[in-house]
Amino acid sequence: MTVAPGDPARPLRDRPEPTFRGTPPFPEAARVALADDQLRANLGRATTTIRTKRAAAVAERADWEELRLAGAAIKDAVLHDLPALLEQLEQSVTAAGGTVHWARDAAEANAIVAAITHATGARDVVKVKSMATQEIELNEALRLEGIDVWETDLAEMIVQLGHDLPSHILVPAIHRNRSEIRDIFIDEMGRVGRPAPAGLTDAPPELAEAARLHLREKFLRARVAVSGANFAVAETGTVVVVESEGNGRMCLTLPETLITVMGIEKLVPTWRDLEVFLQLLPRSATAERMNPYTSMWTGVTPGDGPQAFHLILLDNGRTDTLSDPTGRQALRCIRCSACLNVCPVYERTGGQAYGSVYPGPIGAILTPQLRGIAKHPVDKQTASLPFASSLCGACFDVCPVRIDIPEVLVHLRGQVVRQSEADHRVPSREQVAFGVAAWTLRTPRRLGLAERSAGLVGRVLARRGMLGRIPGPGPVGGWFRARDMRAPARESFRAWWRTKGGRGSDDR
Amino acid sequence: MTDRAAVSPRDAILDRIRAALADRPAPVPIPRDYETALPGSVDLAARFVERVDDYRATVERASAEELPKVIASILAAHVAHRVAAPAGAPGGWFDATDAERVADAPPLSHAELDLLDGTITGCAVAIAETGTIVLDAGPDQGRRVLSLLPDLHVCVVRLDQVVGTVPEALARLDPGRPQTWISGPSATSDLELQRVEGVHGPRRLAVILVAG
Repeated sequence: MTVAPGDPARPLRDRPEPTFRGTPPFPEAARVALADDQLRANLGRATTTIRTKRAAAVAERADWEELRLAGAAIKDAVLHDLPALLEQLEQSVTAAGGTVHWARDAAEANAIVAAITHATGARDVVKVKSMATQEIELNEALRLEGIDVWETDLAEMIVQLGHDLPSHILVPAIHRNRSEIRDIFIDEMGRVGRPAPAGLTDAPPELAEAARLHLREKFLRARVAVSGANFAVAETGTVVVVESEGNGRMCLTLPETLITVMGIEKLVPTWRDLEVFLQLLPRSATAERMNPYTSMWTGVTPGDGPQAFHLILLDNGRTDTLSDPTGRQALRCIRCSACLNVCPVYERTGGQAYGSVYPGPIGAILTPQLRGIAKHPVDKQTASLPFASSLCGACFDVCPVRIDIPEVLVHLRGQVVRQSEADHRVPSREQVAFGVAAWTLRTPRRLGLAERSAGLVGRVLARRGMLGRIPGPGPVGGWFRARDMRAPARESFRAWWRTKGGRGSDDR
Repeated sequence: MTDRAAVSPRDAILDRIRAALADRPAPVPIPRDYETALPGSVDLAARFVERVDDYRATVERASAEELPKVIASILAAHVAHRVAAPAGAPGGWFDATDAERVADAPPLSHAELDLLDGTITGCAVAIAETGTIVLDAGPDQGRRVLSLLPDLHVCVVRLDQVVGTVPEALARLDPGRPQTWISGPSATSDLELQRVEGVHGPRRLAVILVAG
């Protein structure tokens, strides 16, 4: 191996891990993303592919809607009985030889992982892709503790080697095409382990082979692994990880110690309930009848796999989310990414513009809630997320657990507006605009006046019948910065109706 | 932060959950109107073979008498000379092959396993609809790592182990045993969302469906 021994007290990864903190509000971040032609081409190609395949995989099941209804109901039942089910899970995992820990927030969870790892004497950990550990920025926390973290999912490894941020829940490097990936492998693999093979091309099988060789020595050496969990069965204590590459199996089987970080909402009550989610998830996520590998384990099995198992139950904003009767349905999410792949906004801006490990439609409702919008005002970037949608509803149609994302988006927009009203004595421009609209629409006479002046203004400002950019500040200029509109007609319908002798409510 | 130190994270989280559910949402009935079995007209063995084949695994059918020869020809085709076998693997599996049977007794080290050319196991259950084989560390399957490190996995499935659907498979399985559900060879969709076979798990999966 080409790894320099270096200072044993310092991790190989001597640069801080990138963070989403500091991302500008969505409209600003989206403008930057939209200007990136390569990004839009990569995303357009990938999302078009997966959309078509998902539709075919779902169409194969005549009972898809029945599966969705069952999936949504099971998850709602979990939320309804959450305290009892968590206690049941704790008992069943403990009885099977595992250790259960509870973490109120990211700092507590990270400290537990670090303490367990230090106790083993290991200096590095291998990691299965997990949204919960991304959310708590575990890699940076462990780096500061002198522990190297090796991401082993192919896309996650591409992001880590590229000192980049994820842009998709399932395929975090979806914004990278194969030639960019080749360049990252050639430049970066040798710095942290086995270098990329000489003469590596951008053919996907070669890239997969490079990842296999690079990670194999890390898997064989690893003493500690960190994973997330797709599901955990309260009744039996069984934890489930769904994956494709086999990196998950490596991490869940080879090391002596396994640490699993799991959001408290990831439970299912019974073993039988898995029959619903093991059918919903693969078809929604990768458009397959079944993903290549699913691992299930219950505590510790003597002589087979890790002999120490730690399960960390993470809150980190989930109880805040649970407190909102409309918003809590976001906790049904099984992280399949179907809503990202169909979203017209996501497809054009990519995931990084959302400033969170949870991008796309689900991120737009989950991130603000995890950041406590139900309890206190949130920062501008967070407050911008519920508006990152055209409310077209495609996300709800594909959601395997029927989260009504548009409903929650509108609900959260209301919360943002009310919080901003409470913050500002002087009404916002939007409030002024809606005040004027309300006054205008109150009587037909006022509306008629407005229509006549709109026709006049349109004639002055329109080009080829369209209103594009309207100069100047204020709400009107702001609205038009991202939109074009057909110019108002010279004559309103009601004015024309009167010239034809028609009678309207104006006359009353 | 004094209350933080006084209350355990466990109790704090459980209290927060109870407070968050103060609106007392109504209990949820779970409608289970989805299919749990394939129609009786479906030939389970044929459906299983068709679906395994879709994953670009190889799959062939054999009688109990033919099995050793089929195994021998698969190992020869993959140039597999040294092959791991679970402690409880039937002796007959190796009757017709020149390949060396490397028994996992005493347990092989990870480094030793990594050098082997392949593994032969049985399975606990197979699912026709999804082309899935499920291993649960039974005597003819062994430890999970056996079917993980070598690059070729040959899996022997008995006809009576094939069920139609995922619900039927779960009903047959014991949650207390470690399980690996396998649907085709290792693959990834991470490169431009196109499926590429062969990353970390075995890149070649050969399934043999044995009658009787």
